[in-house]
Amino acid sequence: MIWEVFRQERKGQPFQHAGSVEAPDFRFAEIYGREQYGRRGESEALWLVPREHLSVVEGWADEFDLKYRRVDGYSIKARLKEARERAESR
Amino acid sequence: MNARSRVEVLLELADDELILGWRDSEWTGIAPLLEEDVAFSSIAQNEIGHARALYELAARELGTDADALAFDRAPDEYRCAPLVELRRLEWARTIARHWLYETADEIRLAVLKASDDPEVAGLAAKIDREEAYHRMHAEMWIDRLLATEEGTTRLREAIDELWPYALGVLDGELRLQLVERVRGRLPFDLPEVEPVTRGQHTEELRELWDEMTEVRRSAPTGAQW
Repeated sequence: MIWEVFRQERKGQPFQHAGSVEAPDFRFAEIYGREQYGRRGESEALWLVPREHLSVVEGWADEFDLKYRRVDGYSIKARLKEARERAESR
Repeated sequence: MNARSRVEVLLELADDELILGWRDSEWTGIAPLLEEDVAFSSIAQNEIGHARALYELAARELGTDADALAFDRAPDEYRCAPLVELRRLEWARTIARHWLYETADEIRLAVLKASDDPEVAGLAAKIDREEAYHRMHAEMWIDRLLATEEGTTRLREAIDELWPYALGVLDGELRLQLVERVRGRLPFDLPEVEPVTRGQHTEELRELWDEMTEVRRSAPTGAQW
């Protein structure tokens, strides 16, 4: 059984995925989680979640090149090049 | 316990922790599961850390240092119980020894935590806070082994073999407490055997000592690390 481990570094911070442990039940998962993700004081708390209890969402339709919706969607490199060439040709 | 001096008590515990830590570390890289490899290596480091703290306390009284106590004594001068010396590279026996030792250690630490000596009591309490996780680890394994017939058989075989050694970790009233606890936890009877007590050593300690002290012995006296 695989348990996904989420780790909180400091109180109030968001939990982030740290890795996983293989353990037959929660008792084993707790010990393995403590040893692998907490024994150096690097974690304030852990979330241990059986992998099968995670609801996975994937697969995205991106048929119409909607990247302009993202902040990194505007590539100005090509446009800059065109503008430079126009300026030079004058 | 009263018959022993403070230094003797400290060295018994320190030597047990050092030698068991060494034995546990033999699983590093070859444990049957990756998770156990990490967990067992970590337990081994903890035990050796406990040994160092105990040696430091004893060393102050003896006018020496922790490294000298850990590495410069002859094998016969170590005060560890034969239980921790055994080289048992087989998982069921390793788990059985781990659980028997932790059970005995908890009884012994409870006495030390109640000591009038604030340094001994303080250090025992500090060690016990870490041992609590070792006990959780050992207990979960015992439950898991006892949950199946195969596991119970494997555990029983291991306990039968190790029981005389486990009895030798403690003596007097504390030994009786150990018998009671172990008996209460297992669904099968314990063998009627004589304890293999502290003060005698197995041949396996000699081999371990050779390896453990090799670097120290090959370095010039007074080398600084």
